[in-house]
Amino acid sequence: MLHFPRHRNSLVQLLREAQEQHGWLPRPLLADLARELGLTLAQVEGVASFYRFFHLQPVGRWRVLFSDNITDRLLGSEALMAQLCERLRVKPGEMRTDGRVSVAATSCTGLCDQGPALLINHQLVITRLDAQRVARIAELIESDTPASSWPAEWFRIDDNVRRADVLLGQPIAAGQALAAALARGPAAMLEEMKRSNLRGRGGAGFTTGTKWALCREAAGSERVVVCNADEGEPGTFKDRVLLSRHADLVFEGMTIAAAAIGAKQGLVYLRGEYRYLLEPLRETLQRRRDAHLLGTAIQGHDGFDFDIDIHLGAGAYVCGEESSLIESLEGKRGTPRIRPPFPVQQGYMGRPTTVNNVETFCAAAHIAVQGGDWWAAIGTPKSTGTKIHSVSGDCERPGLYEYPFGTRIGRILEDCGARDTQAVQVGGPSGVCLSAFEFGRRIAFEDVPTAGAFMVFDRSRDMFEVARNFAHFFAHESCGFCTPCRVGTALVVKRMDKLAQGHGSRHDVDVLYELDKLMHGATHCGLGATACNPLRDTIAKFRPAYERHLKSLYFEPAFDLDAELSVARQITGRDDPASHLETAE
Amino acid sequence: MSEPCFTLDGEDVPFVPGDTLLQAARRAGHYIPHLCWHPDFRAHGSCRICTVRVNGRMAAACAVQASEGLAVENHTEELDAQRKTLLQMLFIEGNHFCPSCEKSGNCLLQATAYQMGMEGPHFEEFYPDRPVDASHPDILLDFNRCILCELCVRASHEIDGKNVFAIAGHGIGTHLVVNSDSGQLGDTDMALTDRAAGICPVGVILPKRRGFVIPIGERRYDQDSVAEPGRQEAS
Ligand SMILES: Cc1cc2nc3c(=O)[nH]c(=O)nc-3n(C[C@H](O)[C@H](O)[C@H](O)COP(=O)(O)O)c2cc1C
Ligand code: SF4
Ligand code: SF4
Repeated sequence: MLHFPRHRNSLVQLLREAQEQHGWLPRPLLADLARELGLTLAQVEGVASFYRFFHLQPVGRWRVLFSDNITDRLLGSEALMAQLCERLRVKPGEMRTDGRVSVAATSCTGLCDQGPALLINHQLVITRLDAQRVARIAELIESDTPASSWPAEWFRIDDNVRRADVLLGQPIAAGQALAAALARGPAAMLEEMKRSNLRGRGGAGFTTGTKWALCREAAGSERVVVCNADEGEPGTFKDRVLLSRHADLVFEGMTIAAAAIGAKQGLVYLRGEYRYLLEPLRETLQRRRDAHLLGTAIQGHDGFDFDIDIHLGAGAYVCGEESSLIESLEGKRGTPRIRPPFPVQQGYMGRPTTVNNVETFCAAAHIAVQGGDWWAAIGTPKSTGTKIHSVSGDCERPGLYEYPFGTRIGRILEDCGARDTQAVQVGGPSGVCLSAFEFGRRIAFEDVPTAGAFMVFDRSRDMFEVARNFAHFFAHESCGFCTPCRVGTALVVKRMDKLAQGHGSRHDVDVLYELDKLMHGATHCGLGATACNPLRDTIAKFRPAYERHLKSLYFEPAFDLDAELSVARQITGRDDPASHLETAE
Repeated sequence: MSEPCFTLDGEDVPFVPGDTLLQAARRAGHYIPHLCWHPDFRAHGSCRICTVRVNGRMAAACAVQASEGLAVENHTEELDAQRKTLLQMLFIEGNHFCPSCEKSGNCLLQATAYQMGMEGPHFEEFYPDRPVDASHPDILLDFNRCILCELCVRASHEIDGKNVFAIAGHGIGTHLVVNSDSGQLGDTDMALTDRAAGICPVGVILPKRRGFVIPIGERRYDQDSVAEPGRQEAS
């Protein structure tokens, strides 16, 4: 327990550190923790069982998690996982009886440009898997060879920056942007942010200057700056690269925000899948403290005190939603809060809190240096500046592409070497699916908004299977709080699996439409509201892909009624037409 | 000076500052269907049965602050149909065999389903495996009917000061847990006189040896519809 105070707000962090030591979380350990933190065992159990990366049952000493995004599947991840399981003689999701290994799948690990990928013990990442690599991994696990002597090449993570514009291409020296912001003063910096018309890069697109101003004006003395580095949207990996290449700039953006709103405390919520970035990020923080860019009297400004801590998530997509993220930071289950109050009014520990995306903070640092008008001159009137896209799927050059807003979808496809493209999923599963006739549309809040994912599918792909993968993702990631999402996502999965098995009919497609409509309006948060987006888009645009999976265009029950009666026919010795159910053809 | 008002299906509903739509509507004698909301507790917002249209946008009436001039739609064909679907979801998610349930006639879920004209499950049943906890001398827990409203969690925490219950898991695996080393209710300090023992709107937390004291036909919702004032939520 090195890093976190033994306080109930640190529960998620304490559980994670305990699991790093013990391998899993036995009940007596939860009870000890509960006693120490003044919580009940049931409360601690409730938190521990919320996060996918916490294990309340023993798991193998080697815990292998295959990334299960559709892009990993396009690259053959399912077969590779089956091969590893076979070689290690273990069933997916189960621990081998000798306790040595368990293998399972997890949601997207943010390495779509170099997949198929897997995580080992939530600490190590192996990219570019193939059959050979999988065979060697099985041998090394079998012989219990420490990962430190595995081939270093396997753990290589590339940045793959293919097209750089302002954010990826114009470096800023550490401290330069902050000095510019401090020279301006808080009020003028806020003014500059408003003038830039920068909209948040996390998806919702709220104007950053306005958010900061609301936070500054909110009642309360202690304010908090939170960097949302949860990057849970499948197909998105831009924040990973920003955190590896431009961590200084991210922290600098947070410090500028702190100066503008008057905050002393900063928190980074780093997704558990990016555990390997934790130490390098902590080192960067220390370097910044040593350089007086964090801590007390920053850059010699008396009274300007600010520091940043990093919290790690533990495998829960919904924790990217800002109020769930705050719950998680407070050591709780990541259930979204009721709003109002909004985080800018009452966020982390009831304090006014601004939550912004990693890329948003990078943009803010650039705006501090070059001014709001400069930023506003890039892009389109309602979508100023540039946007980084995480391109993956069927293309020659997957990786990061930064363009001014207003760029055509077709342009991105040409640049990344996509051929014979059938569809593009923009903004991840919760975004939009575009078919070829829409490739003239543009990336912008006015047309096709995005949080960063750009997944390409060529004509050989079955768009129904793409939608089915996304349906499983949402059901797996639903927090379970509200009825329409908790039950709705599970029902969608049932229907999609039924269609995949060839038992479906048009009636099932109609029910999917009905669920989409319900979930859009009735859920508590954006996860459930957008969970059916890919379904709706693919049904509308790739209907033949669905119809290929329909057994009949009419109602088809999940079981064969007439076959169910065969036992009765045997007993009565009948097989005449009247002993069969009428089947609608 | 006239009171501030919003409209509910075209009728003026007065409110006091700080009211949510549901609070104000209920006080004025209107019925916005709900399960997880209770006047003694803060809004929870999980069941979503109280979803209404506010100036054209869907929102949970238990969570939206009343304000002057809002146009709220409540009993429209679309919204009541949606409620019916949400109720059907709750029914198929658990195991609800009303004819054999002690809560029948006193059950808010059942009464609301009647009120919304629900006639069948519509979706395929999940038939989850949820073992009963009969370890407590006076109280039975039949998790098969839990709708995760968290009223027992809230009552035990806020009124009884005991924290007997908590929510665990995620997604469709979300479930209620009991606070004891064994996870059994018999190993807690729960008492039949606790507020948490009486608040369950469905038939999960049941007193033992009282079964069918009031005959079916003479129960709470056999007498009055759930829409009546004073009948809108569990005790
Ligand atoms: C289910 C869900 C997941 C989200 N995941 C993320 C995420 O991983 N990263 C992120 O920055 N924003 C995410 N958001 C959006 C955040 O709630 C929030 O709007 C954003 O962090 C604000 O930052 P911005 O103003 O800089 O865009 C998510 C929202 C929802 C509903
Ligand atoms: S929609 Fe509801 S159940 Fe789904 S993640 Fe959001 S709050 Fe949780
Ligand atoms: S046991 Fe009853 S009161 Fe408690 S959450 Fe379940 S349904 Fe609600």
